[in-house]
Amino acid sequence: MPHASLARQITDFANRANPYPLYTELRRTPVLHEEEDGPYLISSYYDIEALLHDPRISSDATNLAAAGADGAGEPEETGGLPPSFLRLDPPEHDRLRRIANTGFGPPHRPRRIEGMRGAMREIVTELIDGFGDARRIDLVDQFAYPFPVTVICRLLGVPREDEPTFRTWVDPLVASLDPEKRPGGAQEAEYRQSAQEARMRLGMYLSGLVENRAREPRDDLLSDLVNSRGPDGSMTMMEVLSTSVLLLIAGHETTVNLITNGMLTLLRHPEILGRLREDPGLAVPIVEELLRYEPPVQLVPQRTCITDIEVRGVTIPKGSRIWLMLAAGNRDPERFEDPDRFDPDRGDIRHLGFGSGIHSCFGAPLARLETQIALSELARRLENPRLVEDPPPYRENAVLRGPRHLNVAFDGLR
Amino acid sequence: MRLVVDLNKCQGYAQCAFLAPDVFAMHGEESLLYDARPEEEQRERVARAVAACPVQAITADGLDRAGESQGASDVR
Amino acid sequence: MSADHMERLRREGRIVIVGASLAGLRAAETLRAEGFAGDLTLIGDEPHEPYDRPPLSKSALLGMASPLRTELPRRREIDAKWRLGVAATGLDLAAKRVRLADGDEVEYDRLLIATGVRARPWFKEEEARLDGVCVLRTRQDAADLTRRLRAGPRRVFVVGAGFAGSEVASACREMGLQVSMAERAGAPLVGALGGVVGAVAADLATEHGVDLRTHVTVTALEGDPAGRVRAVHLSDESVVEADVVVVSLGSLRNTEWLAGSGLGAGPRGVACDAGCRAFDFRGIVTDDVFVAGDVARSPHALFGYQFLSLEHWGNAVAQAETAAHNMICDGADRRPHLWMPAFWSSMFGVNIKSVGVPPMGEQLMITQGSLAERRFVGVYGHQGRVVAAVTFDNARWLEFYQRQIERGAPFPVEFPTLDRRPEGRQPVPAGFPDPSLPTHGPMVTLSGYSPADQQLVFHPARH
Repeated sequence: MPHASLARQITDFANRANPYPLYTELRRTPVLHEEEDGPYLISSYYDIEALLHDPRISSDATNLAAAGADGAGEPEETGGLPPSFLRLDPPEHDRLRRIANTGFGPPHRPRRIEGMRGAMREIVTELIDGFGDARRIDLVDQFAYPFPVTVICRLLGVPREDEPTFRTWVDPLVASLDPEKRPGGAQEAEYRQSAQEARMRLGMYLSGLVENRAREPRDDLLSDLVNSRGPDGSMTMMEVLSTSVLLLIAGHETTVNLITNGMLTLLRHPEILGRLREDPGLAVPIVEELLRYEPPVQLVPQRTCITDIEVRGVTIPKGSRIWLMLAAGNRDPERFEDPDRFDPDRGDIRHLGFGSGIHSCFGAPLARLETQIALSELARRLENPRLVEDPPPYRENAVLRGPRHLNVAFDGLR
Repeated sequence: MRLVVDLNKCQGYAQCAFLAPDVFAMHGEESLLYDARPEEEQRERVARAVAACPVQAITADGLDRAGESQGASDVR
Repeated sequence: MSADHMERLRREGRIVIVGASLAGLRAAETLRAEGFAGDLTLIGDEPHEPYDRPPLSKSALLGMASPLRTELPRRREIDAKWRLGVAATGLDLAAKRVRLADGDEVEYDRLLIATGVRARPWFKEEEARLDGVCVLRTRQDAADLTRRLRAGPRRVFVVGAGFAGSEVASACREMGLQVSMAERAGAPLVGALGGVVGAVAADLATEHGVDLRTHVTVTALEGDPAGRVRAVHLSDESVVEADVVVVSLGSLRNTEWLAGSGLGAGPRGVACDAGCRAFDFRGIVTDDVFVAGDVARSPHALFGYQFLSLEHWGNAVAQAETAAHNMICDGADRRPHLWMPAFWSSMFGVNIKSVGVPPMGEQLMITQGSLAERRFVGVYGHQGRVVAAVTFDNARWLEFYQRQIERGAPFPVEFPTLDRRPEGRQPVPAGFPDPSLPTHGPMVTLSGYSPADQQLVFHPARH
């Protein structure tokens, strides 16, 4: 290949540490279609925002498969479980999301997340205390991963001691969300099978828990999912399982990156880290700016259009795949002044980090609280923290982008 | 403190109702109710809600970071 | 006007704003934000600083907010002279003076009229004075109504099933109170959203236990010897006992104080151009009198340049900002007021939002969801164009349809959409009542092409 397409460069692992120059290049052609049958890449803020609210754009896994999808989406439709609401359109999406919400947020459970604040703080304190006398840690393995996992387990009602077991199923599933991870050719079948198998095993594990909660409900989200009997009826067992798998994966694989990207960014901006140490309240705008500046979900690669649509004068034919490049839109100079500057003081941080429209991040309030607490506590307690290597090693995933390890040295704990 | 929500902008994402449940409440799936004069003790929670609103529909007075044009010097 | 003159106005001019509510406050803030350094006076007939009204029929009745504590937050310091609790009673255009109820006079270089509307009272004065007969517009009204509802009346009777009336009925049911609601049209919200959507609102109300009576008018309110209301008489000769009656028959524009001033002001409001400058009665635009908010009627490019009166919160904010900007700018720096009409309401747990001008549409297409499920997007068409959209619990799609209106997109909607049901494949008549009949609180009124017109209701020709 004489010149790799931008889409391929963006998913190329070699560019994982800093894809932003590629996004800048991408925005020069706000609707980019490089290869026949390839996706249309949308990179300007306003276009992305509009398409997230456009009723001609489908998230349905079946439409995506018909469009010749590239790996993103298949595990969900073939793993023995029905697609989760992430991969459904209204009215099914709306029905399942409403039922899921009855156990999660307002109006039914307005205090469930807010009520976990104390528990979150305790978990964070425990994890930081656990650094002990070490003067150097891997923030990912020792903090940013175990924290949200513990929280989501507690929320759902999954026993913590089972965490290592299900991590072996979660990892291949998360990897399967990444278009770049598709090996193609002979390995493709094997790769897909391992993702399916992981999903199935996770499903089986959860079905045991769910059956238990159906018999003996507890104060947890799984109990609410399986016992919901609202105006929307109840979820089938299979729907409970696919929703639980979705929440479990989305509930920590994104937050781990938000926390790690956050600490990395703060260590690169020590003056802001210093201010956060003095003023924990600064964590609020810092997290919003992080969601703009280093969003944990870089792009949404699962959309198709159900009819011809026109974006900036370009006709995207019916059935085309569309990648909404959230991270590129978040740094669109047409929308944000000085977009490449990390600036939690900018008054206007209306980012695309959680998406928008009906599929906007279900767990956003949880991720916000977790990251606010995590960053303000790390800032407060680590004495003179600094990066051991910059850039750190990254995960392979181009969609859920974040460091695989973040080695941080410090002089002690406060 | 005083606050007002531009309900033309509001799309029912409910972030405020998660973060400051004593001040903001969902009424049904999408409608928002709120206390326009919450107690001072709610200030921190309201600040979180203002920052988290995906459509920036909440205006509150007396919040350093709520305004459109504040510089670094204004922040607490 | 010379640049010098404008510079002086900005530095040491006198600006008077009549009307100290949402539009007046936002205008004052904008003036200061844009550098107006002269004298600023706000005149308001209520003795309170500007407060927000939408919560009065929602959060306040439901106990989520105090009706007396909805003062609007300030976007910035405005350093104004406040004349509160004193109504403006007259305007002398030649002398550039506003007369006040206490006899005082205030001179201006620039005037902004933002006097808004008031609740239309029950038409029989004696009956309107009965104890228990309420309206809902001011915070005092809301405090009074809240107190009466808390006292546990045996039955509340709502006269008029527009948005405000329906919101009150909804709150009553939530409080466990018996409530009846009477409407002259065939369903609630018919004037604002038409009969098809109105039927959904009727089902909602009925299912939530509202005793809804349509195609009837209230003929009399009956009091007991102590002067308390005790029954409502209807045109179908039925009588309903009630101890609280909420009169919700729309609003009247506060323009009486402008009578004889020479401005183009009347029951339909004060006509102004796209730059918010008031017209005089001859249809000639003034250059020092501006209008904003519910009291204004102004032409809109997207709706055939007809004059629109908008009782919309968002319009008050946007028009105030534009008017204020234009008050302290010359020619080319001025901006047109091109706000897309938009409003929201909430009743029986359902969020209702709209953009555009639904009453202009003769046809309706349900492009997403279903009427029967009370979750849908409806699109209104007029002469082959999309002119409005309404959502029931589907607000996140609305901005897409707003862009369709802005583009003048063709109607019927020619593309497929997610969640299109068989019922949404063809447009149906939207079911607005005969335009010659008045309706309650349509909130958008199309009022023809002439700034000097004083006729009551104009609707577009139906071909």
